[in-house]
Amino acid sequence: MGQTFSEKLLGSKAGQKVKAGDIVIVSPDRILSHDNTAAIIKSFRELGLKHLPHPERLVVILDHVVPASSEKYALNHKIIREFVKEQRINNFFDVNYGICHQVLTEQGLAAPGKLIIGADSHTTTYGALGALAVGVGRSEVASVWATGEIWLRVPETIQIQLEGSLPPGVAAKDIILSLIGEHGADKANYQAVEFAGEGATCLSIASRMVLCNMAAEMGAKNGYFLPDQQTLDYLHQRGVEDYEVINSDPDADYRERIILHLEQLEPQVACPHSVDNVRPVSEVEGIKIHQALIGTCTNGRVEDLEIAARILKGRQVHPEVRVLVIPASHQELIKALKKDLIDIFVEAGCLVLNPGCGPCLGAHQGVLAPGEVALSTANRNFRGRMGSRDSFIYLASPATVAASALEGKITDPRKYWS
Amino acid sequence: MKGKVWKYGDNINTDVIFPGKYTYSPQTPEEMAQHALEDLDPNFASKVRQGDIIVGGKNFGCGSSREQAAICLKAAGVQAVIAKSFARIFFRNAINQGLLVFVDEDLVDHLSQGEEVELDFEKGVLESRGARFRLPALPEMVVEIIRAGGLIPYTKKKLSRQKK
Ligand code: SF4
Repeated sequence: MGQTFSEKLLGSKAGQKVKAGDIVIVSPDRILSHDNTAAIIKSFRELGLKHLPHPERLVVILDHVVPASSEKYALNHKIIREFVKEQRINNFFDVNYGICHQVLTEQGLAAPGKLIIGADSHTTTYGALGALAVGVGRSEVASVWATGEIWLRVPETIQIQLEGSLPPGVAAKDIILSLIGEHGADKANYQAVEFAGEGATCLSIASRMVLCNMAAEMGAKNGYFLPDQQTLDYLHQRGVEDYEVINSDPDADYRERIILHLEQLEPQVACPHSVDNVRPVSEVEGIKIHQALIGTCTNGRVEDLEIAARILKGRQVHPEVRVLVIPASHQELIKALKKDLIDIFVEAGCLVLNPGCGPCLGAHQGVLAPGEVALSTANRNFRGRMGSRDSFIYLASPATVAASALEGKITDPRKYWS
Repeated sequence: MKGKVWKYGDNINTDVIFPGKYTYSPQTPEEMAQHALEDLDPNFASKVRQGDIIVGGKNFGCGSSREQAAICLKAAGVQAVIAKSFARIFFRNAINQGLLVFVDEDLVDHLSQGEEVELDFEKGVLESRGARFRLPALPEMVVEIIRAGGLIPYTKKKLSRQKK
């Protein structure tokens, strides 16, 4: 019996042959933390160490509340900056870079064969480049900073075969929403999800990041695509040469295989208050919205902004909708500027905000009042996530959000897709 | 230790356990406890007592990796969470905070809102309405972390042993 990607990668890190269910002790190549770094520093200090044994493994990115919106947040950032200096952490990205998952990727810090752990549940995103990337909590990160090691259970794997290609107006977000809706928010709990098939090969790296990002919403430990030419090109452009391509064996032991035919997909919407409460757009059309968000680590890349701009170009957003556009990173913002997308957004009446998480976690920049409805390209719609516990969050693709921003209600984007 | 049961449904996520808007400003565990389950059950934080037990359905703790979700429950006095299944990051976070977590479908179905139970971790038993239930055994490493009072004290011990 062959081995899966996760079995091979964790086995090679552990220096022994392993199978799903085994527990291994491994040393991660990269350890990500963001605004929560201050809390991790506190735990690290409790461990009694003066210096980090491996500062080169850390990646610290300020993105959750940037720039600081209150004195408390400002203090939080200050503590982190001082620690970064003191410990000589080179991979530090201050408030002007963007969302951690986008920044880590575009800086060439994620690559095939790497083991990455992060103090953020959407760490799974780096699977798009063939890394094994797992989210953990803060104490765990403090402990890995100090010891260099973590214990992990080798996950079983669900393979999702994407067949065919996407119809016009339908995107990566619709693929993953449809999968979560069909199979539930705990389908892949403790397991790995491998996205495969010809439909997977056709997806851009940005689209692959959408799927891996939201694999976390299926409960997955890690989601990944096996590296192909596109992956290698992406790395080459960033000057990344140190990596090892790991593939699943053809006769690997998958727990389950799921097939999804992409031609049959229509735009999807996740309804309040859970990510697996998914309906085709046709069933929720007409619901009035107060705020639209195009951005986040799920859908804030230039590929997403281009789709939204295509719909908004030469039009005006609905007067009763606040439309927020937040590029995922400074680099993506520059790309959008060069493609004249930002002009389109501003002229259409959108608010273009600085790269960062923005209102995704309800801390600042567009918090919802009781009774308000938001349509967002983010990955989570839990009660109270974007503000009031009595507000409502719907999730959809950038195309659906842009079309709905024009009409002031949830709208099928395909009517703007000429 | 004796405690009261607080029973909830499936997919209790970390945003309703500990809202995101409080996550990136320094807070003590006691402050965090005041927001425990704020968006799910506004009565919980003021009524919960030392030793109480939360009973959940499937996928308890899904969502964000925020460790405050475990810290706030522990600081509020919760001694254990018993659920049909847990989201993996919450499960690890709970253990790392020394909060007991057990997966037991039958026990979840048996326990009812508001009832008084007694949990004995060392013996691995839970008593409810005169009946005794054996709690599922936890892996050795997990028991060691819980006995140490969480991952940070556990790692501290390990590091000091390495030095010697
Ligand atoms: S954009 Fe939202 S989901 Fe992504 S890292 Fe930021 S807060 Fe988390």
